[in-house]
Amino acid sequence: MTGNAPFSSLEELAAQVPDGAKLAVPRDITGPAMAATRALIRRGLRGLHLVCVPTSGLQADLLIGAGCVATLETSAVTLGEFGPAPRFAAAVKAGAIAILDATCPAIHAGLQAAEKGIPFMPLRGVLGSDLIAHRPDWRVMQNPFAEAGDDPILVLPAIRPDVALFHAPRADRFGNVWIGPRRELMTMAHAAKETLVTVEEIVDGDLLAEDEAAAGTIPALYISAIAEARSGAWPLAFHDAYGADAVELADYARLARTEPGFAQYLARLLELDGE
Amino acid sequence: MDCRREELLIAAIARLLEGCRNVAVGMLSPIPGTAAMLARARDPRVRVLGILSGNSFTNGGVELFDLAAQGRLDAFFLGGGQIDGRGNLNLVGTGDYPRSEVRWPGSFGSAFLYALVPRVILFREEHSRRVLVPQVDFISAPGPAAEDSRRRGGPHALLTDLALFTFDRERRRFCLESVHPGHGLDEVIASTGFDFDRLETVPETPTPDAETLALIRGPVAREIARTYPRFAAKLFPDAVAAS
Repeated sequence: MTGNAPFSSLEELAAQVPDGAKLAVPRDITGPAMAATRALIRRGLRGLHLVCVPTSGLQADLLIGAGCVATLETSAVTLGEFGPAPRFAAAVKAGAIAILDATCPAIHAGLQAAEKGIPFMPLRGVLGSDLIAHRPDWRVMQNPFAEAGDDPILVLPAIRPDVALFHAPRADRFGNVWIGPRRELMTMAHAAKETLVTVEEIVDGDLLAEDEAAAGTIPALYISAIAEARSGAWPLAFHDAYGADAVELADYARLARTEPGFAQYLARLLELDGE
Repeated sequence: MDCRREELLIAAIARLLEGCRNVAVGMLSPIPGTAAMLARARDPRVRVLGILSGNSFTNGGVELFDLAAQGRLDAFFLGGGQIDGRGNLNLVGTGDYPRSEVRWPGSFGSAFLYALVPRVILFREEHSRRVLVPQVDFISAPGPAAEDSRRRGGPHALLTDLALFTFDRERRRFCLESVHPGHGLDEVIASTGFDFDRLETVPETPTPDAETLALIRGPVAREIARTYPRFAAKLFPDAVAAS
């Protein structure tokens, strides 16, 4: 019935992210896999190179606070209307993590290069930004097709994550994953070596059978593991399915301002899922 | 005309958007978002993209940036923890990078959109010397350089709680356009950390007329409540209750 579809438990899925992995995660409104993030923290993951596509919030702040992150590549980290991301700011100030500051379309472009199997991608704009001075892996070259004169353009190396991890509404029993219009998840899956997905539900039928669903579906060939996780984005909002847990997020924003407060929050959070 | 601070800012931004077709609004921007909706209420050809767009994008988060690079986006809003007199923006932090004393979220799309969107409106409510500085500590997005003839994007205006400035591309300087009612030129000078140009007499920022206020408080308020319920409930409780 399940064919080769790679269904697993949350813990088995989390075990597929090795220490030191380059891990790509989506921004808050696109569907971070928060239940899986707790499983990663619970197993004591270390040394992550976290790539935020193209920003992050609670997920990055939790992973940083729990000591899982060595390098952070992002265009921004913020808790949005709940305020600044406190563990991120503290870790940067303390020099506890290496920071690769980017700008949103640069992260998309790096993933698109990996998706196409090419070494780099050019991007307009950005010239004159201090971001370039602090990104030795970014280069400025001349447009080889310029008709006349000087035409410098930024080029960005491909971003090839070891693992992409996100939460999606549903998967079918063949391992196809429906993401709807959230195309950056498709790009992440194409660019990454392995893609791990948690889903609200696993459904009967074939998501690739009808055009309407197929247009928003990542084919199973890109997917390494799927775990069912109801409310898997909690306490973040998940598309139209559920809103953000404002009480929980406000609690986090308040407690995580200090290291002991964060430790207290994290202990309680990890207990929620049980062992 | 009795009008609130936010309504004055909304009307001022809507005037800056005159003639624009495609306007994008970023995250957590209720005042620019309301202004864009006001512009659309006056001219149905205006399209509001981004956070207020619902599902008008089908190519994911990259689509906004791609259409800006294609030249399809007329106006966008940016802010910053620091803005300097050359129009440089800092969204990263204060002090020596990377171990910033105060670290802000990060540059988002600013480094890209500032260079590519023709009418970028800088909007920052706090008008103080810690925000409007002589020189930013980190350039997330640079103001236009002297010789950069290829660049089509950049600062169009800077709007704060005290005043409205335009940006003179040739002189690479802000020019004080108007001071909001209840505030004075001396207060603006004392609160601004960079030099700027101005006429001998600086006019007062016009308050919205009755028709504009009725639009803001009626259909626009009901529209904006879908994206920014808390903002709308606080500012326009009657309109939200009636809808």
